[in-house]
Parts: sequence; structure tokens; C-alpha cells
Amino acid sequence: MAFAGAKIIQPSLPLIHTTTRSPDNTLLSDPSFLSSPFLGSTRTLRLTQSISPAQRRSASPVVAVSDVFKEKKLKSNTNLLLTKEEGLQVYEDMILGRAFEDMCAQMYYRGKMFGFVHLYNGQEAVSSGFIKLLKKEDSVVSTYRDHVHALSKGVPARAVMSELFGKKTGCCRGQGGSMHMFSAEHNVLGGFAFIGEGIPVATGAAFASKYRREVLKEADCDHVTLAFFGDGTCNNGQFFECLNMAALWKLPIIFVVENNLWAIGMSHLRSTSDPEIWKKGPAFGMPGVHVDGMDVLKVREVAKEAIGRARRGEGPTLVECETYRFRGHSLADPDELRDPAEKARYAARDPITALKKYLIESKLANEAELKAIEKKIDEVVEDAVEFADESPAPSRSQLLENVFADPRGFGIGPDGSYRCEDPKFTQGTAQV
Amino acid sequence: MWGIIKQKLGARGLSAPVFGDCMHRLRPMASAIRRYSSATKQMTVRDALNSALDEEMAADSDVFLMGEEVGEYQGAYKISKGLLDKYGSERVVDTPITEAGFTGIGVGAAYHGLKPVVEFMTFNFAMQAIDQIINSAAKTNYMSAGKINVPIVFRGPNGPAAGVGAQHSQCYGAWYGSVPGLKVLVPYSSEDARGLLKAAIRDPDPVVFLENEMLYGESFPVSTEALDSSFSLPIGKAKIEREGKDVTITAFSKMVGYALKAAEILEKEGINAEVINLRSIRPLDRATINASVRKTNRLVTVEEGFPQHGVGAEICATVVEDSFNYLDTPVERIAGADVPTPYAANLERLAFPQIEDVVRAAKRTCCRSVPMAANV
Repeated sequence: MAFAGAKIIQPSLPLIHTTTRSPDNTLLSDPSFLSSPFLGSTRTLRLTQSISPAQRRSASPVVAVSDVFKEKKLKSNTNLLLTKEEGLQVYEDMILGRAFEDMCAQMYYRGKMFGFVHLYNGQEAVSSGFIKLLKKEDSVVSTYRDHVHALSKGVPARAVMSELFGKKTGCCRGQGGSMHMFSAEHNVLGGFAFIGEGIPVATGAAFASKYRREVLKEADCDHVTLAFFGDGTCNNGQFFECLNMAALWKLPIIFVVENNLWAIGMSHLRSTSDPEIWKKGPAFGMPGVHVDGMDVLKVREVAKEAIGRARRGEGPTLVECETYRFRGHSLADPDELRDPAEKARYAARDPITALKKYLIESKLANEAELKAIEKKIDEVVEDAVEFADESPAPSRSQLLENVFADPRGFGIGPDGSYRCEDPKFTQGTAQV
Repeated sequence: MWGIIKQKLGARGLSAPVFGDCMHRLRPMASAIRRYSSATKQMTVRDALNSALDEEMAADSDVFLMGEEVGEYQGAYKISKGLLDKYGSERVVDTPITEAGFTGIGVGAAYHGLKPVVEFMTFNFAMQAIDQIINSAAKTNYMSAGKINVPIVFRGPNGPAAGVGAQHSQCYGAWYGSVPGLKVLVPYSSEDARGLLKAAIRDPDPVVFLENEMLYGESFPVSTEALDSSFSLPIGKAKIEREGKDVTITAFSKMVGYALKAAEILEKEGINAEVINLRSIRPLDRATINASVRKTNRLVTVEEGFPQHGVGAEICATVVEDSFNYLDTPVERIAGADVPTPYAANLERLAFPQIEDVVRAAKRTCCRSVPMAANV
């Protein structure tokens, strides 16, 4: 049942099988793979045609995995169940993500927010599918496309919108901005604007969980960390460095690749020697899973398994969610390189529409209930905008605050003397 | 001596700046100055760092050390010798050669309240992790509006070494010194090393701790107080290593030793130099520097880093801003040559300040005649 609807590979499996495999059985000639969502990109065919026999052979280890997967699929129950409450919760979260981002676009064009604003439309199944399964103590590390991750993790829409407006009531008092959402309370450890920058930080958060459990003997510390990043990041060194260390030290982390096929204007297939990112998991000794990121039920199932694995101390998982962004890279991106046919194909697979259909068809919810949720979210987003608009701008004095945790900076205590002269400082009990 | 940059800040001809509250700003913080004069024992900088790490790890189990070769190898420079046996591989973490990765892991662990000490085999390698140091560590407290602080120490040898060529031989003091959110410490003696490292580990903010490979094996007298496990030094406070009245020489790390030797030579020629050990590049102890310049009316800055936008440049700026009218002669700035570090021993020597350069510069400020050749 585990990982149904997804390809899975356990690290030790493939190499045993593949030495005897003929090149004819390569992954790309595997009919089940040809029907995979990768073909959603119009560029795939070109890649398939140009692949050399050598490359085909190098792809063969993965075929064994397809077999494993197919077996699993046959045995698994395709009826992906979730309770009514879960269904409605996920639906509400996805609607919130979508409505919030649509509102951001409006507000950006009205000049209410500024700089780079990267919207999440189309990828909601990933955020909701994963984050809604977390506990409050679990951490989320995001990228510059971070509004919706913060919302899914429970940061109020008011606080996120206000941050985007650059107001004092924002979750970072206007000191973070669109690309840098932090919430210590909700364990949102930041949006990181550099490609790959957040992955080591997330790995460090996972390291801290393990350290707490094993060194500080906090037996109940089973917190996991989700690191979200895109396909473009998977060609960056920090990604590989951290896959290695996370697997080496069995850290409780899930590397969630939101493969939306495009890194700004660079097609994933044009930038990546082997476009199947999930295969890099087994290369480092961790499971690699490929899942349809437009299907929240499939994402959720994969997420459940991976989060459970991490929580049980069994180590990291790499999950590649194949998804699509319905808007340009940022609101400043004219988005001229993506084929309209490709966009249309993914638009037809809108994850929210799909969930709605599922909920209604499986009688988990009726139209009226879903309408009520949509209406409620519209109000939440309207309220967030009103709140942000009416909130005060940061005060002038705020400019120089928070550079250091040390309130006066530079090791000087509240009474004006050096903190190190306070005996409590050396005992580690001084007020910081 | 073309390798030495001699920068004169021509004060003449500029309109006098408004002094405003500069006396107020310069109110001496004498109460904060402690003297540890009862030196009884010799200790190498290596042992000072090792003992400081050991004591802080013993005192606080949130403190852990990570980096390349810190564990089984006992440290590339043996700074972490014995710590693996004492604290185990969970707290003395050998990492793969993967600077950006392990630095970021340290930063992420610090977000969750642990106190990592990240060792770089040399600070040159930290260039591969500078994104994690500046973007992920230094800026987070601010970006999170003070909700997520990053109590981490980045430490390792910095500055020119011997015969290792351009990529392994440069000073990063000015680089990190220009970043808000970082504290940058530069120990010279064993007492500095112990007191500053302990302060850095206990500090709630990210600290870049720049050691010097050439000093690791050097022994210094240490006071009984400095050997106490509660000992620590204030971050942001310079130390007057040698009092004098004729010229102020500022220096940090290895250059403090050079400045002290230069002061001895100058003494014989009747020039009484005051030597300031900066101890901290950021925050820079402007008060101590300016108070000294107001006393001696002359300034020589010494550093091994590149001259442009260097630590000396910043010190010149603060003195021109705050003590302009006290200067009797133009400031002398001695820095490394404005070239990548050469390999050949003779060129390498030319590329970095030597004791005689400090002596010559000090004499120039005191208007003693110096052979013209020295200016070439």
C-alpha cells in the first residue's frame, strides 16, 4: 500500500537486478514510463529521441524499480482514502493558497507590494499534501516561493499579507518580505531566496531534532523537517551535499522537490542530464519517490509514508512532486518561453478541481459544503488585505532593531556593562 | 618596498568636520577594562583554543563541534585534540568535505537553539559557504524580526600562511567585518583565544572567529584568572597591549606581535608607541582607538589584509570623523600588498607587512627622517 501511485526505489534493490538487463528494457522504452506525467512537457520528446544507447544503458538500473513499483501497485488499494474532515481541511488549505496568491497578484499590480513576488498557483497539492500532515513542532524550510508554505503551516493570512505589504503587523514586522517568511512559533524556518540555500538549513534543523533526541536525551523529540525546493535547485551543490549528509546521519528530513519543469525560463529537460530527480535518492542511499504533484491524494500518501519514516528515525526521503506553476516565475516574468499547449495541458489538471471532483464523487462532501469553504476563504483573504492595508508601517526606530539577538548588540548587557562581567553570563543563565 | 601600501589621508585642505557629540561618544569605558596581570603560566594558542572548546562543551551540552577532520583526525591543526574521546562522535562531528552543506547544517541547528561551533579547515574554504554565513546566519535575526536568533561560531585559521600560494593565504577580517549581524573576533594571544572563544560560544549571535595558523604553536603567559573556566572577554572591546604617548599603532591577530616588536625598536630610538590589540573587528572599539589617538596625536594601522576597504581604512575613517583635529600628522596605513598572495618566499615576504615597515611608518608619523628608499 505504501507509496501507491508513485514510483519507489529502496536503495539496495536495483544494482542486483540490473547487470543482466538488456538495454532494450530501458526506462524510456518502458510503456508505463511513457505515460508518466513527464510527458506533460512538450520538450520531452526531443529528449527521448536524442538519447544515446549509452545513456539508455545508464538508465537501466531504475527499471528494476519500475517492476517493484508495478508489483506494489497491483497489490495496493487504489481507493485513496481520507476522512471527510481531512478532505475538507486539505481543500480549504488549497483554496486558501490559491485565493491568497491571486490576491497577491492584484495587490502587486496595485502597488501594495513590491520587489519580487513569486506565486504558487498550480502547486497547491504539494504544500497542502505535505504540510497538513505535520505537527506544530515540525519544521518547514522554503524558498522564495514561500507564502503558501507559511499559510499551510498555520501562519495566519493576516500576518503573511501584512508582511507582503511591508507592515509592522507582518510575521516579520516587514523586515523579511515576500521571499523571507519566518515564524518561530509555527516553525517556519524561512523562505530562502538563494537557490539551494535553504536545504542545508533544513538539514540542520533535522540534525537538531536528532541531536535533541540522542545527545540531550529528549526522548519525545521526533520532529521532522520538510525542505521544499524546485527542480532548478537539484543541479546545485548544496542539494547533493545535503542528500549525502542526511542519508549518512539518518536525519529526519524529507527533501520535497517541487518539480514545476521550469527554472524561470530554463526547461528542466534542457538543464538536467537525467531529468528524473527522484533517482538521486537511491544514489545517496535513501528512497526516491516520484509522485504526481497535481494530485493531492497521491502526494498525501507519499508524504505520510516519508514523514512516518523520518519520525521513526529511519532517515530521509527524496520526493519528487511533478507539478506546474500556472503563473510566471515571478510577477515580473513575462513567461514567454513556455508552450501554451503545455500550460493548457497542466491547467486541465488543476489540483483543486481534481480534489473537488474526488470529494464530490466519493461523497465526502457536497457542492454546498465546498462553496461554503470558498466563501469563507474569500472572506479570510479580504480580511487579510484590509488588515494589512490598515496596519501601520514599521516605525523609524525599527530600522536598527533585531540586528543582534543580544539586545544592545556587542555583548553589552541591559545595565550598560559588558555581559561577560555578569556572573550569570558565565553560568549561561544571563538574560539575553 | 612596493609591497607595502602607505596611504596618507591628507587631512589638510578639508573643511573641519562638525564634532557635535564626539566627546560624548568617546566617554571612556574604563570600568570595563580588566587587567589580568598576574601571569603565572605559559600556554600555546592551540591549547588555549582547545581548553576553551573543552570547557564550553562540558558546561553546555547544546554546544557541539562540526567540521572536516575535527574528530578522528583530532583537528587539521589539532585544535580539537582529545574532544572526540571526551564527547563522542555525536558532539564532535566529522563532516564530509562539503563546506556549504555542513555550514548550513550548523546554521539550521542553531535556529533550533543548539550552539554549533563550525570549524573551517581554513577560512579560505569558507568562501564556498559564505552564502550560509551571510545570508542564512547573519541576516536571520533581522529578517525574522528577532524571533529566530543564530547562536553559532564559525572558526578556523585565517590570514596569510607560509608558502601556500594565493588561494590559501588571505585575511577575511574586512570581508566579514562589513556584514551587519555578524560579530568578528581576531584573537592574538592565548588569553585572547580563550576569553574570546568562550565569549563567542556563549553569545546569542553568529560570530566569525578568525584564528591565525602561525600563532597556534606560539606560547603566551596566561593569568590565573584566564585559566578559570568562567573566564571570558568582552566582545567589542580592544586591549591596550602597551601604553605609549607618541604614536598609536592598531593591529590584530599576528600583527599585534609585530607591532609590539616594532614598539620595542622604536623605544630604543626614543619613540614611545601605544599598541592597540583590536581583538574585535566588528564591533570595532572606536572609543578606545579614538581615545588613544587623542592622546598620541598619531596613528599607524597595521593589517595583513588587502588595503582597499580594509580594516585600516575603517579605522582611518573613524579617526578622521571623530578625532580629526587631534591628528598631528597624516595617518599611515600598512596593509598587505594589493595582489594575490605570491608563492615565492621573497615575494611573499614583500607582500605582507614586516616589523621594519611598522617601524618606518611610525617614524614617519613622528617626523623622524626615514631614508627615501623606504617610500618607493
